[in-house]
Amino acid sequence: MFDAIHSFDVILVGAGIVGAACARELADSGLKVAVCHDSDTVGAGATAAGMGHIAVMDDSDAQFALTNYSQSLWWELAGTLPPEAEFAGCGSLWVAADDEEMAEVHRKSEYYSARGVAVDVLDSGGVAKAEPNLRRGLAGGLRLPADAVSYAPAVARKLLTGIQLLRGRVVSATSDGIEFASGESYFAGAVVLATGADLPRLAPELPVRPRKGHLLITDRYPGYLNHQIIELGYLKSAHSEDADSVAFNVQPRVTGQLLIGSSRQLGVDHADIDHAILRRMLARAVEYMPGLASLNGIRAWTGFRASTPDNLPLIGLRPGHRSLYVASGHEGLGISTSLGTAKLLADAMLGRPSAIPREPYDPSRSFNHHA
Amino acid sequence: MIVVVGAGPAGIAAALAVQECGKAVTVVDENPSAGGQIWRGDPTHRWVARFRAFNIPLISGVRVVWGYPAARTLVLEDAVGARRLAYDKLVVAVGSPEIFLPFPGWTLPGVFGAGGLQALVKSGLPVRGKNVVVAGTGPLLLAVAASLRKKGANIRLIAEQTPAALLWPFAKQLSGRASKLLQGIGLAWDLAGIPYAPASWVTAAQGDGRLQRIVLNRRGTLVTEDCDYLAVGFGLRPATELAAIMAGPDTIVAGTGDADLSLLEGRIAGYTAAGDLEKARGLEPERDQARTFAASIDRTFAVRDELRQLADSGTIICRCEDVPLGRLEGKTCFRDAKLHTRCGMGACQGRVCGPALEFLFGWHGASPRPPIFPARVGSLLSEG
Repeated sequence: MFDAIHSFDVILVGAGIVGAACARELADSGLKVAVCHDSDTVGAGATAAGMGHIAVMDDSDAQFALTNYSQSLWWELAGTLPPEAEFAGCGSLWVAADDEEMAEVHRKSEYYSARGVAVDVLDSGGVAKAEPNLRRGLAGGLRLPADAVSYAPAVARKLLTGIQLLRGRVVSATSDGIEFASGESYFAGAVVLATGADLPRLAPELPVRPRKGHLLITDRYPGYLNHQIIELGYLKSAHSEDADSVAFNVQPRVTGQLLIGSSRQLGVDHADIDHAILRRMLARAVEYMPGLASLNGIRAWTGFRASTPDNLPLIGLRPGHRSLYVASGHEGLGISTSLGTAKLLADAMLGRPSAIPREPYDPSRSFNHHA
Repeated sequence: MIVVVGAGPAGIAAALAVQECGKAVTVVDENPSAGGQIWRGDPTHRWVARFRAFNIPLISGVRVVWGYPAARTLVLEDAVGARRLAYDKLVVAVGSPEIFLPFPGWTLPGVFGAGGLQALVKSGLPVRGKNVVVAGTGPLLLAVAASLRKKGANIRLIAEQTPAALLWPFAKQLSGRASKLLQGIGLAWDLAGIPYAPASWVTAAQGDGRLQRIVLNRRGTLVTEDCDYLAVGFGLRPATELAAIMAGPDTIVAGTGDADLSLLEGRIAGYTAAGDLEKARGLEPERDQARTFAASIDRTFAVRDELRQLADSGTIICRCEDVPLGRLEGKTCFRDAKLHTRCGMGACQGRVCGPALEFLFGWHGASPRPPIFPARVGSLLSEG
């Protein structure tokens, strides 16, 4: 197809977990693949900044389908991951503060159970037993035992084993290849944009906006937490369009460290820590888990999620183009859904059938009703 | 209000300069009393005594764990609580921690930083009758050996990696500076009889669970020396975390170096903070001279290339995360190492391994992320 010296079947732009997973899937399908990135190392953007949860979510049927499919792929991959990938099947615990949120627990339980996902409904005492450091008097919770956490940069690196990396800032990506800021060009049969929140730079017509988040990690406190814990108000935070929001989300790392989140801000493009929202985020965490106040935090940072108007990723052909694909817009679920994204993208590129319908994630879908 | 962080030579000098200008000043320091690493054990030192005589408010035993330069506020934490401290101008005078360079066995109990062991002994660690080797590079080794000997330590040897051919011109230069000469003579008296071995360095520390002996490269020959403690120093490196996080128009950094240079830097920072730029400028020529001298020390005692080869693949580089040298193979920069080996990601946030990685690979640390020191989550919550 192309006779240039530097030519590949597919060039992926972006070496985060999504780009890495797509590259792996395409390479395993027999294609000659290269990945370009512009950082000191792979997995250095939202992949490193994020929490690394592998969760099944039920905000919409399409979100459920992709997270559930991806999680099964994660568990297949888990056995091959190196120790530094810190994969741990700790499960998630959604906690309900009051009866209204407890009703939501029951609704979720029915939703998941009807779709074959194992869940346990816990009452107030059950939550206290599962996580003794939570405040007393919570109404209950929902446990998803198959949810997991992982350290995504190490997974990205593992997925990229043997795949050619091209270092540079891509200034233009077309159906035929990419051009670096240096002027150097590479040809390819197809190009995939997997640049997370940076997507609008190369594809300005697509509705991806950066949504800033803050995290703080503690020193090592092994045994302090057993599950990733999320408040049921999380989805309200995840989808609030206008206001800055925080939600309690804490995660045990293999090291014994605790990762405390989460915050969401739209329309902020600088990476500096916003002390007011960090304080709100930590106050929310301490509200749920008072003992956190006496634990040492060792590092706080920010990152940018690639958000879309309907909270679903963009996976497939860039509208109006041929051989130019997009895999972005994963918001806070890039790590969760990376492996499923890779399957759907490769299926679309290679004309294969997919395990779940691809249409909900098609970049050419209408976003009008979300505007 | 002008706030000075650090009550060592630079911080004391800065606070005194501010007070001389008639402005209000408060000093914050993490230790229980003023003096810094160098004078803390010596409350009669004239600068410490002056500091006390002028009744400068000192908030001691607290750490600055976080700060908001735009709001001109610091977050202070002590053993039980936290509070906020507002300032109009901030002087950062936090001194210079020791540089640690890795060699096999450097993490064994009994191996200390030279300044660290000196500080521990000043605050009560008994060394009477203990066999101690002082090794590394620079004039600090002499001061450490002298002070340990005063406390009854049996200093077996001072191993200075710099060859004698470079030390002589340095000694001659010393004689041109009266105060340095006096220091030198005083030390010579305190150190009489201790073997001083130039062109010698520790290649390994050994022992069963704690230090029992070291292996020395003594001018090309490997010898072992039994000892209870090894005090090893490769110089100091200014702490930059607080300065980086508080960077802004109202933050003044007092550079550090030896005590003389730190005093000058501190006075200049203090006058600058108080708005007396003329006085600050008047000290600059003297400061520049002291910097020139400090630079000549650094050149003389530059760590030799052979020390880059000491660590083997099993030698721990990052103590917080237990990352050995072997795992850093193939990594291209500090961030690559951080993300893929966790090197520098632990509680010290790369304070210890950062200079070692710079020495070994030429890597520079990424910009620091708050908190400045590990801080209780609760300390970050108060609005006040």
